[in-house]
Amino acid sequence: MDTVEKIVEDFASDIAMSPFSSGTRLRDMIRAIRACKTAAEERAVVRRECAAIRTAISENEPELRHRNMAKLMFIHMLGYPTHFAQMECLKLIAAAGYPEKRVGYLGLMLLLDERQEVLMLVTNSLKQDLNHPNQFIVGLALCALGNICSAEMARDLSPEVERLMRSREVNTKKKAALCSIRIVRKVPDLAENFMALAASLLKEKHHGVLISAIQLCTELCKASKDALEYLRKNCIEGLVRILRDVSNSSYAPEYDVSGIADPFLHIRVLKLMRILGQGDADCSEYMNDILAQVATKTESNKNAGNAILYECVQTIMGIEATSGLRVLAINILGRFLSNRDNNIRYVALNMLMRAIAVDVLAVQRHRTTILECVKDADASIRKRALELVFLLVNDTNVEPLTKELIDYLSIADPDFKGDLTAKICSIVEKFSQEKLWYLDQMIKVLSLAGNHVKDDVCHALIVVLSNASELQGYSVRSLYKALQAYGKQGSLVRVAVWCIGEYGEMLVNNVGMLDGEEPVTVTESGAVDAVEIALNCHSADATTGAMCLVALLKLSSRFPSTSERVKQIVARNKENVVLELQQRSIEFSSIIQRHQSIRSSLLERMPVLDEASYLVKRATATQATISADKLAPTVAPGGLKLPNGVAKPTSAPLADLLDLSSDGAPASTTTSTTTSNGFLQDLLGIGGVSTATTGVPSIASTDILMDLLSIGSSPSQNGTPGQAESKPVHAVPEAIDLLGSLSSTTSVSAETKPTHLVSQDMDLLDGLSSSTSVSGLEKTVHPSITAFQSATLKITFDFKRQPGNPRETTIHATFTNLTSSTYTDFIFQAAVPKFIQLKLDPASGNTVPANGNGSVTQGLNVTNNQQGQKPLAMRIRMSYKVNGEDRLEQGQVSNFPSGL
Amino acid sequence: MINFVLLISRQGKVRLTKWYSPYTQKERTKVIRELSGLILTRGPKLCNFVEWRGYKVVYRRYASLYFCMCIDADDNELEVLEIIHHFVEILDRYFGSVCELDLIFNFHKAYYILDEILIAGELQESSKKNVARLIAAQDSLVEAAKEEASSISNIIAQATK
Repeated sequence: MDTVEKIVEDFASDIAMSPFSSGTRLRDMIRAIRACKTAAEERAVVRRECAAIRTAISENEPELRHRNMAKLMFIHMLGYPTHFAQMECLKLIAAAGYPEKRVGYLGLMLLLDERQEVLMLVTNSLKQDLNHPNQFIVGLALCALGNICSAEMARDLSPEVERLMRSREVNTKKKAALCSIRIVRKVPDLAENFMALAASLLKEKHHGVLISAIQLCTELCKASKDALEYLRKNCIEGLVRILRDVSNSSYAPEYDVSGIADPFLHIRVLKLMRILGQGDADCSEYMNDILAQVATKTESNKNAGNAILYECVQTIMGIEATSGLRVLAINILGRFLSNRDNNIRYVALNMLMRAIAVDVLAVQRHRTTILECVKDADASIRKRALELVFLLVNDTNVEPLTKELIDYLSIADPDFKGDLTAKICSIVEKFSQEKLWYLDQMIKVLSLAGNHVKDDVCHALIVVLSNASELQGYSVRSLYKALQAYGKQGSLVRVAVWCIGEYGEMLVNNVGMLDGEEPVTVTESGAVDAVEIALNCHSADATTGAMCLVALLKLSSRFPSTSERVKQIVARNKENVVLELQQRSIEFSSIIQRHQSIRSSLLERMPVLDEASYLVKRATATQATISADKLAPTVAPGGLKLPNGVAKPTSAPLADLLDLSSDGAPASTTTSTTTSNGFLQDLLGIGGVSTATTGVPSIASTDILMDLLSIGSSPSQNGTPGQAESKPVHAVPEAIDLLGSLSSTTSVSAETKPTHLVSQDMDLLDGLSSSTSVSGLEKTVHPSITAFQSATLKITFDFKRQPGNPRETTIHATFTNLTSSTYTDFIFQAAVPKFIQLKLDPASGNTVPANGNGSVTQGLNVTNNQQGQKPLAMRIRMSYKVNGEDRLEQGQVSNFPSGL
Repeated sequence: MINFVLLISRQGKVRLTKWYSPYTQKERTKVIRELSGLILTRGPKLCNFVEWRGYKVVYRRYASLYFCMCIDADDNELEVLEIIHHFVEILDRYFGSVCELDLIFNFHKAYYILDEILIAGELQESSKKNVARLIAAQDSLVEAAKEEASSISNIIAQATK
């Protein structure tokens, strides 16, 4: 009998659904799991339990359902899969009793989320429970709906929730209001249905209802403009009253938090006020007094008070507040910033971010404190402060701020260096007013935190370097010095190696020294040493390795004496496991060994990189806000269309063009040609004027001019004999051969190329249309071009139209020596196709000084008899002596501006 | 809004999770792992806020437990600290000086209490007394159902005598 009783009792306690009270199996399971020593043991226990639960589910035992659900929730929390029990939640919810429903809803919220299809099945049970007479069951349903409902459920059950907001139970009302927040978030269209209800709830006394209703109003304002307008009209008075009541209320033990009555309600009201007052002067004015009262009277010695002040300051910053109120807010900020509590300092920085939009000067006053915060021990504060500093930088304070940040970079936390470096780079790029400063800062950053500098930043630096010809020498020397000291910084190594490869001779010969720069003594093999060390130290990084190999190859051509050594170093990588390095090694070895003849032209200096197009590309890629004007003041807008030259990729990026045209060189050409000309030229000059077809204002529109020109072409033949005679004056007999061969080749090329050339030229004009239109009607100014550029020599052409004769152009050629040795006996020769007449003036000298320190100029007169039909073309040849050794260079110029 | 609530022990064990924004199971595990790494390693004197994936996580340590709430970037961090404290005080009153073990064995109770404080990631009730009252009322509903059931079992027991 006893045993029977025992069994019945056991059974009774089982169905007494107390799975959570002591002595039942939930507790045992938790104990068993906690007793497990290893993860494997725990898995075994969980597996066993899950198996038992599955059996129970398949046997459909309602008595064990709630207990199993409780266990599953625990198992779920440990991270094990429990999806098999989802249907059990639904069954529990559908049960009649409160305890089952309570567990069922908890399980539903824990085990499911809005994306599961199963959730749809619960809609009907929810609907029934929302209509249940028991307020706690309604509460359970509202809570579940508010926490996990999907858009579809929100639509279906929204009427029920609306109805419940009118309930007499405060508990139901507040839950229904919060549930509506979720509904409005899921389906913003429903916002209008709730506006009036939400506003009416603001008249309640119960804090729970008020808090819920205010939050609902906040959400409605975000979801719909109409709701925002409605609430502005209807509840601003109510809000002010609520805030006044709660902030004036005497001690209320129920809502008291460290001496302040209901800080939560304070904060929610202030937040809604911010949204209503934003951009609405009337609303804002209405709040002014109460905001001033809260800002002055709230105690700031406890967290709760500070939380209110924090929200209050944000509201003052957000609305159209009076200046007096703003001063109050800024003062609170100042107090916060000097607080010793890290939490308060953190939120102060946070608020200053927002205050910047309102009052930059007030924030600037705290700059030193903020800068100190960048060096704080707390990562959260550092991060906030750094963002703030970034916003505070302007043209006047950029230099001291950058210096501070870079100084700090050397001692910063390794975790923080990445962020800090990125910000410094961004500041330097954005605010640099001169290239030298930019380069100096970048080299410092690369030295201190080169491993954190992003590739795109390095790339931008190289682009700037390649455009700043006057700073290349200085940069390569600085980078060389930095490389010696900080050889472990990846990005520094890459930039330095690239520069040594490109500008190695500037390093060795101290070319282009700046004032006050300390000279370095680097031998040719020293430069190779530096690259070799970099190659050895960074062999793991394929990109650095590849760049080192290229640099070495370039050095082998710059410094022929090191060629043999470079060959050995390069050859070492012939068996490198990285395919890229192996291939480079093998190919470069063969260039050094077997292609001596073409090596120098193959390894010429990189053409100047197009800064503007790179910046645009980068800006679109990273959405970085780098202002093109600041970084590249010489680049005109529209310069992007300019192709890099068709026939000769090395020539004529836009930066060069503009640099030269700004020199005013074209203007001086006329005088030099007319004064230095012999009498023959005068003759021709007169001839030129006489043949002029009078007053053609624009030459760009070729189609119309074609007819005009064809009329005027016969008289211009008069000048031909004279010009033919003028040639031998400078040209060696060979030039005639050249000319002969040229006429045949160009006639072919003229037929195949025209479209090519024209389209290119059109682009040129497109890009510069602004400058050409300004230049007026009388004479059309053509941009100067880089007619020829090699590693050793650069030739630029400036153009000037003869006012009387549209077909005649005076070209002013400038020769610049790019090497460190002087050229003597310099002779420039040119040959043109038959339809063009050419006359060379004497050159200004026959010695071209080294390192671009001065240049030789020479005038050319060109008459294009088929102007408009065929573009100008020219073959050129330069012979000169370096240290008594003969050199010869030649090339073809086909990038003349159109219309010449 | 509060996107989720986490209770993590000093050892990184999860004691309670409540998600108000949708996260898949995989994401949840990842979030918990990431945040444990971020928060448990922070020193005692540092501020109670961690910036994470464009959100802010406000945390506070009570004995061996870390209470964490993830909020939007423009929410009031100081207030969330008060909400955490509010929750802890209610737990404390309910269990009578709460400890980690209470929350392990009665995890469901902690959830019930949280559901009376937050819905949809927003605050529901600022009065601790009200929450306590509501929980007590619901517990007594369960007790009543239990009584009823055991009285039925008594009748069965009587009948089988």
